[in-house]
Amino acid sequence: MSIEEVHPKSQFLRDERLPHIWCPGCGLGIVLQSYINAAEKSGIRLENHVLISGIGCTARLPGYANLDTYHTTHGRGIPFATGMKIANPDLKVTVISGDGDLFNIGGNHFIHAARRNMDLLVVCVNNFNYGMTGGQHGSTTPPSSLSSSTPYGNIEQSFNLPYLAAAIGASYVARWTVMHPRQFTKSLSKAMDIRGFAFVEVLSPCPPNFGKFNGFSDGFAEMEFYRKNSVVDNEAKLEDVSIDPHHGKQIILGEFVNKRRPSFIELEREVNRRAMVVEK
Amino acid sequence: MIKENKPNLSQDEIWREPVNLALFRKPQGKVHVIAERCKECNYCTNYCPNEVLERSTNTNSHGYHYVQVKAGKESSCVNCGMCQTICPDFAIFVTEVQ
Amino acid sequence: MLPPGKYFTDGNFAATEGALYGGCRFFAGYPITPSSEILERMSRRLPEVGGHFIEMEDEIASIAAIIGASNGGLKSMTATSGPGFSLMQENIGLGMITETPTVIIDEMRAGPSTGIPTRVGQGDVMQTRWGSHGDLAPITYSPNSVQESFDLTILAFNSAEIYRQPVIIASDQVIGHLSEILTVGNPEEYEVIQRLTRKKANGNHNTFSYSDDFIPMFVPGTGFRGNVDSLTHDEMGYPSNDASVEREMLEHLLGKIKRNETKIIRFEEYMTDDAKVIVVAYGITSRSAKKAVKNARDEGLKVGLFRPITLWPFPEGRIVELAEKTRKFIVPEINYGQYSHPVREFSRRETEEIHFPPGAIPDFKIILREIERSFT
Repeated sequence: MSIEEVHPKSQFLRDERLPHIWCPGCGLGIVLQSYINAAEKSGIRLENHVLISGIGCTARLPGYANLDTYHTTHGRGIPFATGMKIANPDLKVTVISGDGDLFNIGGNHFIHAARRNMDLLVVCVNNFNYGMTGGQHGSTTPPSSLSSSTPYGNIEQSFNLPYLAAAIGASYVARWTVMHPRQFTKSLSKAMDIRGFAFVEVLSPCPPNFGKFNGFSDGFAEMEFYRKNSVVDNEAKLEDVSIDPHHGKQIILGEFVNKRRPSFIELEREVNRRAMVVEK
Repeated sequence: MIKENKPNLSQDEIWREPVNLALFRKPQGKVHVIAERCKECNYCTNYCPNEVLERSTNTNSHGYHYVQVKAGKESSCVNCGMCQTICPDFAIFVTEVQ
Repeated sequence: MLPPGKYFTDGNFAATEGALYGGCRFFAGYPITPSSEILERMSRRLPEVGGHFIEMEDEIASIAAIIGASNGGLKSMTATSGPGFSLMQENIGLGMITETPTVIIDEMRAGPSTGIPTRVGQGDVMQTRWGSHGDLAPITYSPNSVQESFDLTILAFNSAEIYRQPVIIASDQVIGHLSEILTVGNPEEYEVIQRLTRKKANGNHNTFSYSDDFIPMFVPGTGFRGNVDSLTHDEMGYPSNDASVEREMLEHLLGKIKRNETKIIRFEEYMTDDAKVIVVAYGITSRSAKKAVKNARDEGLKVGLFRPITLWPFPEGRIVELAEKTRKFIVPEINYGQYSHPVREFSRRETEEIHFPPGAIPDFKIILREIERSFT
């Protein structure tokens, strides 16, 4: 490899593992690059960034980042991260996982971490289906979508993730798409400074599965859909930000919640200080 | 409609130059492609504002028609970084030409 | 720490204090009978000693959290019972493949399913061996007294650190709840293995080593930049689909226990020297069995008791030795035959099972009758 072929971000990547396993047109590489850029800008020592994931396509992302990274079991990234953050509060722990991992099998852990205001940044890469197992539908698949397990169209309502996260008490909630990498990076950077539970949803194309089933000829077609059908509205009423492209609904993006309430680590520290006094 | 109402003036006649234009120069960038990583998603070719990039007729070892700079467009890159930001494969980046 | 002295207390108290002696500084759990007292006591005690306690949303979250905390640098544990232990199985495998030291106390109760939460059982014995999918080499301790609940918990923390894997304490409802004397010695009497950690050396950041049984862990936040993976991985921690990597990894995971079996295995024998019949019993059953053996000896019957303290790895070598001069093994258990299987397999002797239905402490007279029948 000649000098000029070294990517400027290679020091943050496990370069020897590239090219990665993701399909052509998959947005996960953009998410990885955005995360790296955000971590660089965050003002937190790079050594203190820890990246944790569950299982799935997105969950392979930490394996390409040159940080301390943990690839755990399906749906259990958040409780694993909870343990690590409490044990080692100096770390900036980020959980990056897919919609299936975080909200189907791991949904319980998500709502409890948000309720506790656990000091974690959770990034959900939402591609509206289970990518790794071949495009089955899940709790984020929009109504009427086709998938390999909804051949007659999805009859279930999908989760409105920002509304869900905000309702439980997340300190920071935002949604972007990989077509908006600069806004997404800025948002991640901001979320890394949040004390408490921060949640960023990022929509990403899944060309061979969700895309193929739902009329997008390739990744570019899905990217164009995001470009043309997204509006940024930070003040949006969250109950209205559900994703329903098959019924002509626009996708609403933005930074929806940014509020301060005491985080788990702050409260635990206070309680433990009192308990230590009792011991003496 | 708009086209019809446009005054019949050439570009040179309506163009007004800022007085300090001499202080600025259009940035110029150089595109670098790591051909082996390219997966032919076409994001960079489509989103490059100056349409500098195209798919090669050659393929890399994985069988993808990797991206290259169009012939004659070598100096058209303005170093905006869009291709680098939108590339999911860490296969393209730009450096500024001084 | 609990001051040295004598305490009249129960197994759950002893296990909690033993864990603190063993260096436990993180507990995540979910209330379940009969282990809830451990969780309750931990919630009070851990903050006092500078540790951390969290009550999670379920047992799956609990074990994921203790594995996360251990990777974060703290000795950690959880306590549960049958239904919760079943939920934990997948992540016990995570602890094994990521070589994460942690301790899990499983207080066995009557099953299957919800069973009788407040009554004793020993139906999880095979689950502690084979519960999680894939090939594993678990270490399982079986205390039979309040004192052992204390001592074995310290030992379990040490083994977890040395062999870098989850260690299970298969206690039972009776041991957890029965009160008797616990003697706590001076802290310096207890050997406690401290967590060894590794720093990046010469740019080398391999998370694992398949040539070294005892390679320390790295701690995040020190610039190590390691990858820990639940997928089959190479020494760097990078995932691989290669069967040869799977073999290399598994031979390391299983081999580090196999090669050190003699250091790990513990058992207790009672009058086995001239025994023609040997009763193999563990946990609360071993106390009924001991009484039966004593009574049979009074009758002049040459019978002995073998009590495995480590259920797993199976004390294969000693069972084979004993089998040479023994004609029969009797295995009473509070289940319908679990530990009797490896006893029969390795002893290659006649092995009688005594099935005590879960729900009650085994009656020694039933064991005694079976011993007497063996000599007629």
